[in-house]
Amino acid sequence: MDAIFLQILNGLDKGGAYALIALGLTLVFGTLGVVNFAHGALFMVGAFCAVSVQALLKTSERVRDESITFFEAYKEVPYLETWWGETGTMIIDWAVPISLLLVIPFMLLVGLSMERGLIRHFYKRPHADQILVTFGLAIVIQEIIKANFGANPIPVPAPDIVAGSAQIGSWFGLSDNVVYPWWRIIYLIFSLTIIAAVFAFLQLTTFGMVVRAGMHNREMVGLLGINIQKKFTIIFALGAVVAGLAGAMYTPILPPDYHMGMDFLVLSFVVVVVGGMGSLGGAVAAGFLLGLLQSFASMNEVKSILPGIDQIIIYLVAILIILLRPRGLFGREGVMED
Amino acid sequence: MGKSNVAKDFMLLIMFTAAVLTAPIWLAPIGANYPDLLQKFAIYGIFAIGFNILFGLTGYLSFGHAVFLGVGSYATVWSFKLLTMNVIPGILFGVILAGVFAVAIGYVSLRRSGIYFSILTLAFAQMSYNLAYSVLTPITNGETGLQLKINDPRYLDGMFIEAGAGIPSTNLFGIKMSGYSGFYFCAAMLIICFWISLKIFRSPFGVTLRGIKSNQNRMKYTGFNTRPYLLAAFVISGMYAGLAGSLLAVTDPLAGAERMQWTASGEVVLMTILGGLGTLLGPVIGAGVIKYFENIFSSIGENKLQEMFSGFPEGVSNVLTHIVSPFVGSGWHLTLGLMFVLIIIFLPGGIISGFDKLMNMFKPGSKLKPRKTEDS
Repeated sequence: MDAIFLQILNGLDKGGAYALIALGLTLVFGTLGVVNFAHGALFMVGAFCAVSVQALLKTSERVRDESITFFEAYKEVPYLETWWGETGTMIIDWAVPISLLLVIPFMLLVGLSMERGLIRHFYKRPHADQILVTFGLAIVIQEIIKANFGANPIPVPAPDIVAGSAQIGSWFGLSDNVVYPWWRIIYLIFSLTIIAAVFAFLQLTTFGMVVRAGMHNREMVGLLGINIQKKFTIIFALGAVVAGLAGAMYTPILPPDYHMGMDFLVLSFVVVVVGGMGSLGGAVAAGFLLGLLQSFASMNEVKSILPGIDQIIIYLVAILIILLRPRGLFGREGVMED
Repeated sequence: MGKSNVAKDFMLLIMFTAAVLTAPIWLAPIGANYPDLLQKFAIYGIFAIGFNILFGLTGYLSFGHAVFLGVGSYATVWSFKLLTMNVIPGILFGVILAGVFAVAIGYVSLRRSGIYFSILTLAFAQMSYNLAYSVLTPITNGETGLQLKINDPRYLDGMFIEAGAGIPSTNLFGIKMSGYSGFYFCAAMLIICFWISLKIFRSPFGVTLRGIKSNQNRMKYTGFNTRPYLLAAFVISGMYAGLAGSLLAVTDPLAGAERMQWTASGEVVLMTILGGLGTLLGPVIGAGVIKYFENIFSSIGENKLQEMFSGFPEGVSNVLTHIVSPFVGSGWHLTLGLMFVLIIIFLPGGIISGFDKLMNMFKPGSKLKPRKTEDS
């Protein structure tokens, strides 16, 4: 029972990340009709924003180490510490949450320039061309990251106060031994919040209403005198921001390296397909569903019956879905169903 | 097809053969005439030609072709381990097993088209890759990769030849498959593959495939059951990939799972596009260009750059070194990605179509007209 409970949490956690990336992918596909293979790279860029912020806050000077007296010793002390003492240390400690402040404007910029600079020239080109050009772009981004940050994963710790584990078992009346890292709980709540915010934005604002109308019938909205292209560009940037936030928050869970974007991209595409191309709710539901499935498949009990199932379960599900119900679990009828 | 076309094709084949066989000579000035690289040119040329038969003719973009490359390699290495160091059985096994995989994967994937087909093939590729890394370790030797060992049984060899000391090298009835002899073996395979692809391009089968690319629905209304044609194309191109994988194992007898990773599948897409999608010669050229740059660019280090720019004043050379260095050495993938993006944006027809445009510009009196890209 305890093990199952933990796996549910693990699955929801992983599912949260999948759902956030898949949400952005679906938004972009639903609005612009573009298959964006560089979306995983955006997730990675977000993660490396957190890395950069951490490095920036940790900018250090060399000072004489007073505690060692019998020879000249130096240590690195971050400027923030010399300036503000305890407060400085705390700011450094909170690097990941602080980085979110950078991630939002930065990813907005990245998204806008990507759409205006590259993607918009590909609306009329076949899907294959879109896949290929964004794939090339993903390689470029990945290599830039590799050149600047090296090939090894960079650990980015969560703030000290939430570094430990919560006795989550006792909250639900299970044994006290069931513990779960605080940061993962926070990540789950965070992803749910972002998902809710995106949906609220689309459902409750006029902007969102126009976008939804545009997804449904782009020409009609254009005929009504609305510059739908501009709105879609903003939606692309929004997708980039969501992916970036997801990436930045994920850094304490998985130390980012240069190929995390590609790893997550393949999975999120599978998520989008399972949920249904162009269906936002489907993307979220499928994200969590596949996260859960993957968690359960990696339990030892399951693995002993079906060895290797944890490696392939997601792809198996995707193949089954594409063959049996090509529009996906929640896809609209007729979308990509040829 | 008229007689002149047949003659033209024959000329093309002759010229291709001559060019391939003399490659060690005419590639010498650019420093690409060492056997290892030449073997890679030929092998990846085969891979790309095969991929082109699927993507170039039918328009179905497979993102999982590296699976067949990996399967071919594994089968061949197993043949070396269990049967004989002669390459012929190894290659046969590699091609056949890749074909079997292609039938299975193709049968399922071809039920969908467009992006769904791409994602299905991608899913199969990721599954194979993950399995090769984890559960199938007894067959694939996981992360280390499958290697020859001194105490491998080699049953067939054991019947005919005295076992010598050390691991015997791969051979074709006694001719060692390394160095130039290895290259010429691969080159012969490349020429045969090119000839087959030429035949496919000119055959009614090839025309049918092109018809599927331009309008599958209309093909169906005309009464074609398109799926068997597609499956045939998929299997042929899978077998080409299997052959390429086998040859990789022949020239260097080890096989690793990273050959099946989806970035490896992406690479062959790159080669085909770069050279010229749907053209006869394009894929070979693309494969050559990419493998050449991979070798040259990735071998340039900081020191070599400084040497190259030593003619400039010091300040300028430092700046140049600084600008260029991220693009070479270990960062050569960056160049590859940029090249890829630029090609797709500005030259969707690849190098071949760029060459055509250039030729047209210099031809007196001819207007700049897009040429058909079907024939090289």
